[in-house]
Amino acid sequence: MTNDGGRASARESASGQRPEASAVVLRGASLAFGARTLWSGLDLDIKPGEFFAVLGPNGSGKTSFLKVLLGLLPLTSGTARVAGHSPGSRGRDIGYVPQQKGFAADVPLRARDLVALGVDGHRWGVRWRRRDVDATVDALLERVGATPYAKVPVGQLSGGELQRLRVAQAIAGNPKALLCDEPLLALDLNHQQGVSALIDRQRAETGAAVVFVTHEINPILDYVDRVLYLAEGQFRVGSPEEVMRTEILSELYGSRVEVSRINGRIVVVGLPDATTHLHHGHALPSEDESAGEKEGADR
Amino acid sequence: MSFSDIWNSIFSFDNYGQLLQLVQDSVWAGAVLGLLGGLVGTFVVRRDLAFAVHGVSELSFAGASFALLAGTDVVTGSLVGSVLAALTMGFMGGRARAKNSIIGVLMPFGLGLGILFLSLYQGRSANKFGLLTGQIVAVDTVQLQVLAIAAIAVIVVLLIVWRPLSFSSVDPDMARARGVPVRFLGILFMFLLGVSVALSIQVVGALLVLALLITPAAAAQKATSSPALAVFLSVVFAEMATVGGILLSLGGRIPISPYITTLSFLIYLVCAGIGLLRVRRGNSGRVVEEGSTREAAQTAESAV
Repeated sequence: MTNDGGRASARESASGQRPEASAVVLRGASLAFGARTLWSGLDLDIKPGEFFAVLGPNGSGKTSFLKVLLGLLPLTSGTARVAGHSPGSRGRDIGYVPQQKGFAADVPLRARDLVALGVDGHRWGVRWRRRDVDATVDALLERVGATPYAKVPVGQLSGGELQRLRVAQAIAGNPKALLCDEPLLALDLNHQQGVSALIDRQRAETGAAVVFVTHEINPILDYVDRVLYLAEGQFRVGSPEEVMRTEILSELYGSRVEVSRINGRIVVVGLPDATTHLHHGHALPSEDESAGEKEGADR
Repeated sequence: MSFSDIWNSIFSFDNYGQLLQLVQDSVWAGAVLGLLGGLVGTFVVRRDLAFAVHGVSELSFAGASFALLAGTDVVTGSLVGSVLAALTMGFMGGRARAKNSIIGVLMPFGLGLGILFLSLYQGRSANKFGLLTGQIVAVDTVQLQVLAIAAIAVIVVLLIVWRPLSFSSVDPDMARARGVPVRFLGILFMFLLGVSVALSIQVVGALLVLALLITPAAAAQKATSSPALAVFLSVVFAEMATVGGILLSLGGRIPISPYITTLSFLIYLVCAGIGLLRVRRGNSGRVVEEGSTREAAQTAESAV
């Protein structure tokens, strides 16, 4: 594999398939904050029904990658298309599963109201045909196993319960692409499995492409078709078997990183931390991204 | 002044029928403003803008007192002041924290300007006081019509953007991902809020606007966690406070605002009590107990 592993799929789509058939298309995409380039020369085609994971350390641009696909961050150069349109222009074709973030205890919103906003919250006017929306919401709640707490205020839900509602919101209207931003963060193992199984089930049944940003591949290892691994301004694309290897990650990080498989889990040892980054004279990691995350949290 | 004198200056129902005839326009205007306050207040509470309402009202006061000094229309003056203030907050303070410091900067400035203009003003002192404490009965019929039409216009715009505004108020990140123009709606709402504050000031005055734009919605939020019911209750509470306040004040000699603020506060107290009861009863709406919910979730997971 070469430094720009995505080229292979680009060639493939140019020779045969229409590029519009892909759920997510990136061409020569790069993203930089000031002098710091997070990634560049990224060519990518994510097919419908593909489970695509984005991995990397903090500050490598994983979350920014998703923000680009959501249309919240412009590319520094290159183009991006999501569900056949430029990012941000067709919200209905995209399902977004955010990081788990609790609501204030007194927000006047019950679980089912939150899901209802995912169903028709983008439409103008007042909700007239309440019964139709109610039926849709009931079906979505049932699908994610949230029926027992349908009427609980969102401020009283556990993280796992909330993330199930986030999946329900995201899959409303069967979008062509499911964009997930660390949806398993701060969940216990049980809920991690439950939530990722829900996302994969939607992919399998509707042919939605899943872009799953995560720092931990193991909970979704069974589902992942391809991985984009971002680190140190470089990246690799390929199947987990191709990318999650000692040579590849060592090359990406520029230092010895051991990858081993134990009981079907991938264990990565020797990831350089912030201190070693400094010793190697690199720019401070995560500076821009953590600023970006704070910004997100404030909104 | 004896107790009965005080009582009679607060409550007096002599010749009530005739008085009602005279002020029925005010009652109607109060009803429209109550509807406005109940609806706008819902979003003020959802968006955590109580402080912004206070800040906008101080600048509205500055605008109104400038108009008084310049001898132009007071309603226009207060409208210009509050819309300018609201839009400044809308454009400059994207996030809650940034917004609060901008409000904190604008508010004393506005209040200071208002005091400056009022101390230069040589006219009737009742006019000065009215800006701060409300004067709906003193507003003439033509102005009442303008108030009502402006209030209805705000309500219509609010209904048009109702769902996306709700979405972006309670769940902004998700709304943004769904293509809802969150920033535009935020600024539009600040504009609507500016107009609403200027209109409400004509009834309850700059100091007491919160009683109309926040208390009813905050009370409703205590009483229920259903958003639709919260909106309905908020409007009912605001109507009870404004229309009830105007009707109670007819015979007395004191301004209208203490009636409105007191009714509003009493409603809030009752709702806060209901809220406490709801928490104590643990009435969270869960269908089954905590433990069995976990089990149900696990079964659902294994089924998937």
